[in-house]
Amino acid sequence: MSIAKIKFSGKQLEEEVKVDMASGTVEHGGLSYELKKLSLGAPISGTIYGTLLNYSGVVEAMESTFYELPYNKPPQGPVLYIKPINTVIGYGVPIPLPEDVSELEVGAALGVVMGKSATRVREDQALDYVAGYTVVNDVSIPHSSVYRPAIKQKARDGFCPVGPWVIDKDAVTDPNALEISVFVNGELRQQNTTANLIRPVSRLISEITDFMTLQSGDVLLVGVPECAPLVKAGDHIRIEISGVGSLENQVVHEQY
Amino acid sequence: MKRARVAYAGAIHHAVESNGQIKLADGRIVAEQEVVWLPPVKPRTVFALGLNYADHAKELSFHAPSEPLVFLKGPNTFVGHRAQTRRPRDVAFMHYECELVVVIGRQARKVKRENAYDYIAGYTVANDYAIRDYLENYYRPNLRVKNRDTCTPIGPWLVDKDDIADPMNLTLRTYVNGKLTQQGSTKDMIFDIPFLIEYLSSFMTLHEGDMILTGTPEGAVNTAVGDEVVTEIEGIGRLVNKIVGDEAFIMTGNE
Repeated sequence: MSIAKIKFSGKQLEEEVKVDMASGTVEHGGLSYELKKLSLGAPISGTIYGTLLNYSGVVEAMESTFYELPYNKPPQGPVLYIKPINTVIGYGVPIPLPEDVSELEVGAALGVVMGKSATRVREDQALDYVAGYTVVNDVSIPHSSVYRPAIKQKARDGFCPVGPWVIDKDAVTDPNALEISVFVNGELRQQNTTANLIRPVSRLISEITDFMTLQSGDVLLVGVPECAPLVKAGDHIRIEISGVGSLENQVVHEQY
Repeated sequence: MKRARVAYAGAIHHAVESNGQIKLADGRIVAEQEVVWLPPVKPRTVFALGLNYADHAKELSFHAPSEPLVFLKGPNTFVGHRAQTRRPRDVAFMHYECELVVVIGRQARKVKRENAYDYIAGYTVANDYAIRDYLENYYRPNLRVKNRDTCTPIGPWLVDKDDIADPMNLTLRTYVNGKLTQQGSTKDMIFDIPFLIEYLSSFMTLHEGDMILTGTPEGAVNTAVGDEVVTEIEGIGRLVNKIVGDEAFIMTGNE
C-alpha cells in the first residue's frame, strides 16, 4: 500500500488515502473501495506546465529538421507550454473530441507535483521540492510544426486528464526509471520509460526554476514519448505508469 | 469604476478609486503610496498576443500573421503596479511592451464577434517584457522569454467596460525615465478585441477573470537596470515599473 492524495467528487479538499495499485483499491477512513467505482476529480490545483521534445526518441525523429527553417538550430533550453485550467479533468471523465477533428493524440506524461515553492533550485536538491507524482494525459490535436505555441491543438476543454491520485514521493524510488504503457481499448499501443528523458526530472526542475518559480501544487509534465497513439470517439484510454498509477478516460464527441 | 487589489495593513483588499485615492472595501481611504499594488485580477488563464500590430511585426522583421499568434502565461510572471522586474546581468536586449488587457466577465464559448463585448468585464494595462537573447524557434515565443518571474507588470486598475467608450481607439504610450519611447493606438491591432474573443471561444471555454494581453505597437527599445518604465493607456491607467539587477536577488554571478 502506498500513501496518495485523492480528490473525491463533492469534496473541496484533497484527502490522504492508501492505495494498492495491483488490485486497484483505495483505503479511506478504514474502508476499502474499488477505484473504478469512485467518482474522482483531478487531484491537483496548481498551474500545469508541459515539456516538449524531452524524449530521446522524439528528438531523434525530428533532429534532421532542427537546422532547417523555421527552426534553424536545435533547442537549447527546455521547450515548455501551459495546459490551462479549462483542460483539466479527472479520472474517468470523458475527453471531448472537437467537431472539426477526427483523431486525438494521447500524451502519456509523468506529472511531477511540486510540494513547495521552487526558485533557482540546484539539481542535487530538486527532488526535495517534489510532493509526489501523478499520471497525466496531455491530449493534443496532432500537429507537426512546433514553431508556434500550439494553443489551438493543446488547450481545448478536457484535454488534460489527471489522476487518479498523486502518489507520495516516497513511494517512487527513481522517477527516471518508470515504465509507461498506453492501452487503447485494452490493446497495448505504446511503451516507453522515463529513462529515455533527455532532461531527467531533477535537471528539468533546476533549469526551469532558473527563470520561473514553480509554486507548491504546480505540476510539471516531463514530456510525451514518441509514437503517441491516435484515438477516436468511443476509444477507451488507459495510461499506466509503474508505481504511480493508471489513468483511464474515454473519448466522446463534444456536445455543444 | 476603477477597481484594484492591494495589500494594506497586513491584509489583501479589494478597493476602488475615490477622488484620486484608494477606498478599501471596508470603507478605509488610503493614499496610493501606502499600499502594495497587486495585479487587479488574480491571474489564472492568461493569453497574450504576439505580432498583433502591423508596425511592431515589421519592426521584428515578421510578416503580419494570418491567424492570431497566441501564447499563455503562468501566474508566476505577474507583478502589480510599482513593482520591480529583474533584468539578468548576462542579457543584451530586454524590451518592454505596452499592452491593453481585456478581462473576461463571464463564461464564453462560441461567441460571435457582434456579441463579444457582452463577455468583457473591463480593461487594464500590462507591460509584457521580453528578453530577446532567450528567443528560440520552438513554441516561439518560448516561456524563457515570456514567462519569467516578475516580467509581466499589470495594473494599476481594472477599469469597468462601460467606462471606456471605444477600446479600439486608445493611445498607448511608454516612457523610459520620463522620455516617450513608444506610442501607438489600439485602432492598429491586426486582430481586434471582438475577433480575439470569437477566435479563442471558438475552440475553448473562456472563464470570468481570464485575461487577454492584446499585443504591442512598434517602439520597443532596450532597457537597463535602474530604469523606470511607465506604460500608459488613455483612460485605463498608468503602470509604473522599475528594473532591478541580479543584486536584488543576492545573485553574485559566481553561482
